[in-house]
Amino acid sequence: MYPDVAEVAQSVDSTSSIIEARDVTKRYAASSGEVVALDGVSFDVRDGEFISLVGPSGCGKSTLLKILAGLLPYSGGTIKRSGAPLKGPGSDVGMVFQTPVLLPWRTIIENVLLPTEFRRLNSDSYLQRARDLLALVGLAGFENRYPHELSGGMQQRASIVRALVQDPPILLMDEPFGALDAMTREQMNVELLRIWNQNRKTVVFVTHSIAESVFLADRVFVMTARPGQIAEVIDIDLPRPRELSMINTEHFGRYATRIRALLHSKGDLS
Amino acid sequence: MKEPATNTKPRTRPFMLRRIDLLVSPVVLIALVAVWHFVTVRFAIPIFILPPPLDVWQSLVAGFSVGPFDRSGFLYHAGVTFAEAGLGFFLGSLVGIVLGFIVASSKLIERVAIPYIVAFQSLPKVALAPLLVIWFGFGYEGKVVITSVITFFPLLINSIAGYHSVDPDRIDLARSCNASSLQILWKIILPSSLPYIFAGLNIASVLAILGAIVGEFVGAQSGLGMLLMQYNQSMQIAPVFAVLFILALGGFLANSAIRALERRLCFWAQRSAPVAEA
Ligand SMILES: Nc1ncnc2c1ncn2[C@@H]1O[C@H](COP(=O)(O)OP(=O)(O)OP(=O)(O)O)[C@@H](O)[C@H]1O
Ligand SMILES: [Mg+2]
Repeated sequence: MYPDVAEVAQSVDSTSSIIEARDVTKRYAASSGEVVALDGVSFDVRDGEFISLVGPSGCGKSTLLKILAGLLPYSGGTIKRSGAPLKGPGSDVGMVFQTPVLLPWRTIIENVLLPTEFRRLNSDSYLQRARDLLALVGLAGFENRYPHELSGGMQQRASIVRALVQDPPILLMDEPFGALDAMTREQMNVELLRIWNQNRKTVVFVTHSIAESVFLADRVFVMTARPGQIAEVIDIDLPRPRELSMINTEHFGRYATRIRALLHSKGDLS
Repeated sequence: MKEPATNTKPRTRPFMLRRIDLLVSPVVLIALVAVWHFVTVRFAIPIFILPPPLDVWQSLVAGFSVGPFDRSGFLYHAGVTFAEAGLGFFLGSLVGIVLGFIVASSKLIERVAIPYIVAFQSLPKVALAPLLVIWFGFGYEGKVVITSVITFFPLLINSIAGYHSVDPDRIDLARSCNASSLQILWKIILPSSLPYIFAGLNIASVLAILGAIVGEFVGAQSGLGMLLMQYNQSMQIAPVFAVLFILALGGFLANSAIRALERRLCFWAQRSAPVAEA
């Protein structure tokens, strides 16, 4: 299932890479034959870096993220995560999905502590951290509410807290704000950067939105479809902390234009 | 003075108004009994066709005035029937849920099993009752078996549907937290499927009593179904109505218990009352 890692390319500088992907391919067996979702994807993510992954629908973003999370076996290539060959899910990764995926029969605090429960850790020792994180995202006082009593944005913030509760060095986020309205989404972006600023995780953030990808990231990986590949990596040289007003600057606009051009030149309009 | 038009959002009407049904239901009952009484008296309907309500009431009082271990009273036979129904309901539901999850957890098993399930489901299960009397005799065992068989299907079907209804992201979430298969089953799949399982239990709670009664019709030494047959043969219609009343009450209570449990466990699922689907 997970390919042998004996021959990870040694030539690449891996001093501070927390994720190393080499020639990762993924083929799905579909009813109409085989779908090549990823075709030779290679990249490094440095420790503490914020990476955005943009690309048209169906180019393999979710596939790549699930592979990185250890949820999906890949067909070829090698991946190292936190210095060790990828062997499956682990507590070094927190995952945030497109929808909050909160269990409706559990209160917010019980949802947030779910990872520690599954790993049979002493939940009590994480309780204070969970409360602090909930306060950090503005959910103080909502610990004992049920998910349906919270708005979509609040639910998604709770799900981010759940991913952070064990303090994993890596955060994988698959279009976490895709279902939110534009205004809430901008707020969430600002808030995400604020959280990231406080504990400098490595983040891989999948999005459809070019503006969101530029606003958040240190580097943007631009993917193209059929077959799924990383077409280009763009360094975003905007100052931090980022502010929403930067979106209207010329500098920002150039990055956005560049990414848009890349996506369109490959014939993929999404 | 005029009230502000839109400022009445959180509606807190008095309880008496909100649950007006609690008042109307008994009134409807009294009206029905009154009509029943009036019809039997006014048209002088023979007592072996439709007895007046008072006769039924007297039969109920007489039947309940003896102890629970006296074979001449209703309590004894009601105990037998509802015990058969309850035990069959429990076994049939349990096996239905367990098998449903096993079937749904594997594409291969599901593909192999579905034709059999459909074939067996389209068989009217009560038709098995005579056969079960031959296999298990006139005791309670045959009744428990037929009740189990009848309640088994709604739970099998509903737990398969429930299993498939689980949001795959919930499973991915659990797996990303290193959850074991057992943890996923217990903490994700089972609770996620509960609304479906309860839809099945609702149907099964009604079918369970049907199963026990049919089993007793075919051959039994005790139980309300056997009483019905006896009274019918001797044209004692007032006790027949009394027994029917006990059955209706028992079914109502059983179903209410299931619904109460559902409201406790599935408070998070905004589902309207289930429609029979088995
Ligand atoms: N389980 C599967 N079986 C077969 N093919 C699949 C499966 N999952 C994904 N694919 C295919 O793999 C390709 C990549 O899918 P993926 O979900 O990774 O895309 P994506 O970039 O996340 O798209 P979106 O932006 O719409 O979420 C698509 O062509 C899709 O049809
Ligand atoms: Mg996706």
